[in-house]
Amino acid sequence: MEDAQVRSEWPLYEVFLRGKRGLNHVHVGSLHAADPQMALHHARDLYTRRNEGVSIWVVASADITASSPDEKDPFFAPSGDKVYRHPTFYEIPDDVPHM
Amino acid sequence: MTDDEFTAYHDLADETGDHRWAFGTGFTDPLEGIDTSVPDGVNAAALAAYCLMLGDDALIYSHRLQQWMTRLPELEEETAIANIALDLLGQARMLLARAGRAEGAVLAESTGRSEDQLAFFRLEKDFRNVRLAEHADADFAQLAGRLLIFSTWRLALLGRLHDSRDPVLAAIAAKGAKELAYHRDYAAQWVIRLGDGTELSRTRMQAALDTLWPLVDELFRADTVAGDLPGVAADPAGLRAEFDDVLGTVLAAATLDHPGAAPMAEVAGKCGRDGVHTEALGYVLAELQSVARAHPDAAW
Repeated sequence: MEDAQVRSEWPLYEVFLRGKRGLNHVHVGSLHAADPQMALHHARDLYTRRNEGVSIWVVASADITASSPDEKDPFFAPSGDKVYRHPTFYEIPDDVPHM
Repeated sequence: MTDDEFTAYHDLADETGDHRWAFGTGFTDPLEGIDTSVPDGVNAAALAAYCLMLGDDALIYSHRLQQWMTRLPELEEETAIANIALDLLGQARMLLARAGRAEGAVLAESTGRSEDQLAFFRLEKDFRNVRLAEHADADFAQLAGRLLIFSTWRLALLGRLHDSRDPVLAAIAAKGAKELAYHRDYAAQWVIRLGDGTELSRTRMQAALDTLWPLVDELFRADTVAGDLPGVAADPAGLRAEFDDVLGTVLAAATLDHPGAAPMAEVAGKCGRDGVHTEALGYVLAELQSVARAHPDAAW
């Protein structure tokens, strides 16, 4: 793979779309592009063909700092047994809607 | 994709409730529900001929772009070019349908030819597209260069038709202009990227523009059809300034030289708009029309 003749791939970008209802941007997938402007074009062509979005964010995948699966337990297990962090210890009156 | 991502994506897609997978499918009449009567004082025969010209440009160029499918260097570019070809096919459908209706208004007793009859059952000499549309791209640089030339010219043209006296043509132009603005942006980015890239990419981009340039002058050639449609059609010569301005900006950003090749010769004073084409169109039509001619009146 050190051979200069091996065709290198364009870097990966992650694509986030916002739908028309003013929701948050949602991660929809990833694509390859040579630069951010090209990534935006590609995102438009790959992910908004069916009228899905009104706003696109692209982020170089390399720029995302992600939690590691190895750290899953230290990161997330401690919150699993602390039921008091969930506001469930009270009765909701019947006449309070939208809860 | 995980299930979660898949669901999130479809939640976005479902917002419009429009499940048609692409423009041009799911309906048979592109002008359904539209009043297609020809406005008073508009020469219906000339309107039909004019819509045929603009429709043929889009139809033939769309087919040339479709021929790039499975041959592009990256999957993402393939989708981009497919989208652009589909946009142009949509424009062709509406314009050919408009040409058929206007033709029907001339014949009075008939509705004129359908879009399919016009696309699939005309001979080479009856096609009115500019010769640029039928050119076969030799490489990706020609694809980018030709798309830049075509979309810059057509965007200028459709921009002039916004307030055409024919409301149908004006509506088709308004829709098409949004599409072409994207096509032009896409092509300009590639021309700049290749021109201002490596020595090899610059050489090939320059060679592509030099090859295409002889086909440019024809785009701005006066034609009698537009002359017969005051207030409806756009004067081709009037588009040159905007075209030169945009091309100049892109070429400068791409560090490319302005091509100076002489225009391609006309044949006895005639060219694409008169039905006089290069050899390339015959091959395009052979492929484009073969299925429809083998199975006339088939539905798909």
